[in-house]
Amino acid sequence: MPTLTIDGIEVEVENGTTVLQAAEQVGIEIPRFCYHERLSIAGNCRMCLVEVTPGPPKPAASCALPAGEGMVVKTNSQKVRKFREGVMEFLLINHPLDCPVCDQGGECDLQDQSMAYGVGDSRYKEKRRLVKEKYMGPLIRTIMTRCIHCTRCVRFADEVAGVPSLGAIGRGENMQITTYQEQAFQSELSGNVVDLCPVGALTSKPYTFKARPWELTNTETIDVHDALGSNIRIDSRGRAVMRALPRIHEEVNEEWISDKTRHAVDGLAKNRLDRPYVKKGGKLQPVSWKEAFDIIAKKLKGLSGDQIAGLVGDLCDAESMYAFKALMSSLGASVECRQDGSKVGAKHRVGYLFNSGVTGIDEADACLIIGSNPRKESPVLNARLRQRWLSRKCKVANVGPDVDLSYKVEQLGDSAAILKDILDGKNDFAKVLKSAEKPMLILGQGALNRDDSPAIINLAHDIAEKYGLIKDDWNGFNVLHTAASRVAALDMGLIRDGGVKAILEGAEKGDIKVVYNLGADELDTTKLKKAFVIYQGSHGDEGVRHADVILPGVAYTEKPGTYINTEGRVQRALRAVFGPGEAREDWTIFRALSEVLGKTLNFDDIAALRQVMEKDYPHFGVIDEKPDEEWADFGVSGKLSKDGFTLPITDFYGTNPIARASETMAECRAVMNGANHTEGATGTNG
Amino acid sequence: MSVKVKNAEKFEFTPENLEWTKTQLAKYPENRKESCVMPFLHRAQEQNNGWVSVPVMEYIADFLDMPYIRVHEVASFYSMYNLKPVGKHVIEVCTTTPCWLRGSDDVVKACKDELGIGFGETTEDGEYTLLEVECAGACVNAPVIAYKEEYYEDLDEDSTRKFIRDLKAGVAVKPGPQNGRFKSCPFGGPTTLKDMAPKGATFGGDE
Repeated sequence: MPTLTIDGIEVEVENGTTVLQAAEQVGIEIPRFCYHERLSIAGNCRMCLVEVTPGPPKPAASCALPAGEGMVVKTNSQKVRKFREGVMEFLLINHPLDCPVCDQGGECDLQDQSMAYGVGDSRYKEKRRLVKEKYMGPLIRTIMTRCIHCTRCVRFADEVAGVPSLGAIGRGENMQITTYQEQAFQSELSGNVVDLCPVGALTSKPYTFKARPWELTNTETIDVHDALGSNIRIDSRGRAVMRALPRIHEEVNEEWISDKTRHAVDGLAKNRLDRPYVKKGGKLQPVSWKEAFDIIAKKLKGLSGDQIAGLVGDLCDAESMYAFKALMSSLGASVECRQDGSKVGAKHRVGYLFNSGVTGIDEADACLIIGSNPRKESPVLNARLRQRWLSRKCKVANVGPDVDLSYKVEQLGDSAAILKDILDGKNDFAKVLKSAEKPMLILGQGALNRDDSPAIINLAHDIAEKYGLIKDDWNGFNVLHTAASRVAALDMGLIRDGGVKAILEGAEKGDIKVVYNLGADELDTTKLKKAFVIYQGSHGDEGVRHADVILPGVAYTEKPGTYINTEGRVQRALRAVFGPGEAREDWTIFRALSEVLGKTLNFDDIAALRQVMEKDYPHFGVIDEKPDEEWADFGVSGKLSKDGFTLPITDFYGTNPIARASETMAECRAVMNGANHTEGATGTNG
Repeated sequence: MSVKVKNAEKFEFTPENLEWTKTQLAKYPENRKESCVMPFLHRAQEQNNGWVSVPVMEYIADFLDMPYIRVHEVASFYSMYNLKPVGKHVIEVCTTTPCWLRGSDDVVKACKDELGIGFGETTEDGEYTLLEVECAGACVNAPVIAYKEEYYEDLDEDSTRKFIRDLKAGVAVKPGPQNGRFKSCPFGGPTTLKDMAPKGATFGGDE
């Protein structure tokens, strides 16, 4: 525990702390470009130079200098200012002064720091270097002349994304950052290098020349593209969402978000439902809200509850689902949320949560993945698992299809029978689990959507009990969801006997007359042809195909809402913009419809809705806390099928209506699925 | 430098080179075999007509279990790896300060004249490639040309022209100083400590 003095302030720091980190602890900010707290130390930009005694009488890079006992550090002396001016002058030699046409302008580290630490003018008269732009994929635009060679992007690709395809070729003045052979940077986290780039060398391609940071309204909200509930900031101008950026939440997404979260937002402006429609004579005709409600009321009249079924999609907020459930129960009907055919039960909360929490990954020392590809299902969570794997303290094994998770896992095979072997101690990984202090397993949707899923859940339950996954202060039984709405829906018990299959079969047979579909687009709606289908959602996708009435709801950026992520953490999202046309927040639609049906719901505004919701489900009011659920008995033993696991996500870039409406995602799909870039190509013709 | 072209050609070490790789791999621990990347690249370049192609880099990366970009980084960092095809005869002219002071400009001019190409270019018949290199480390005999692992030293315009014409004619040129000097001994005999010169010693220039 060395004690050192920084600018006259004495501070005691942990062993191994660098001078830069120590300065941060006492509130002194040292300028930097290459240093990033979540990446390894490079020490190549030299911006963080400080004066240190004792030691040689030369400036020292504080980011790479371990704090030592009795050090006296000056971070703001005349000499240090001179150092910085010198470094800044060198950095600006080849940096073009094109800030007026640079997308980074206004949020650029180099711009800010040259204002703060640079000299006003340049003495450089010689030729500047020019570097050709590099192709890095459909999401990253490069203007490589602006690059200052901090190598943050290279380190991110190596260390966090686990896709080591970025590098620095050449040397000295001719050094250039590029992807290997200028292929696309094939990571689900590639967009994060744009945030990391301290200058405008890597900028967002879809966002090119769209807006300036000072024109944007920032709304801090929650992401719905996967079940992790990444904390994001929506930047909007007027009614348009311009971009999504990550917010720091150490316990959820640190400061990363997936490419889908970041770049699917252009889908918010496409294929939108902006007014109610009713099918008349086989064709959908625009109608008024009143007409649509009257038609629904007429249709529902005289139907018993079991002739009506509700379906909930993947992107719904808790308020919508609560209002939906309330409306459907007033009609005697029930709602189903597992549109993917999952067999997970809603009885015990511990049975469907990621109980160790995302931070639990940082402590786990053995991990068994069952029927899941976390790289596609939750790329940010996968990056965290990779970090843990990199530390060599955690062994990871996989039961399911052999997929590339960006780190090496022990592939145990693709059969549920392996779980039985592990339980019986016949598999070698059983020993690993047994000797581990904090073992965990991740049960993916691929293991939950099978006919024998109850038996698999039972096996996982028993493995958890047998191998010490459940302890006083540790619960390593984890379910990784793919739908942002799922945990909240299960909390509210939105499941029916037989699941979604029963609804589809009932509709086909004519037992179910009316299906009210709240944003479920990932199922085969042809089976609903016979039934009267009410679709309520934001996008014209699969769900509207056989709909008889369409009610326009709003998307996640357009409504305040509560989401519960896969760990059971309750998070509140805010409205960033208003929905298009006559689209309304979903709960208001249910409230209005309930009045027409003569079953008026007992809330008039969102505060009242939350009040009754939290009365029914008190934990919905506990914001941003990872719950600790009591261990329980669940699962039913049964016969295992011999089939391999079918992973839930085949197309990462098109898992929901917003992503499918997004042109950027379509481009990603074309490029990332193996197609190589060729000169002159637009990126979509591969 | 354009290395974007994905070559269809394949590369593999010859059996002799494959045997040789074992001696290199033996130098490093199993989990540090990336350390072999430089000697491997060098040997591969020799085998691959003097240049490192994309398949070469990918072959070595797969061989050593490292990402392609890491090999590309190494190959592009050192100027001794040619990332473009070269001719059969690679002539490297040093133009760093000592050579330049001693007249490397004339040497360069002679090379360009005789070969009809500039730096970094290859003659149309694919025979000769002319490269500009930084200090060859033989400043004492400046100016210097490096050719096939030998140095041709103490050049001027005429001796350079002769050197290239001899190469073209297939006449063997003796490596070392081209002005008759003996190694790096003083030209024309010792100028100092003359008494201590060994009896009967011969120096270039006074033979």
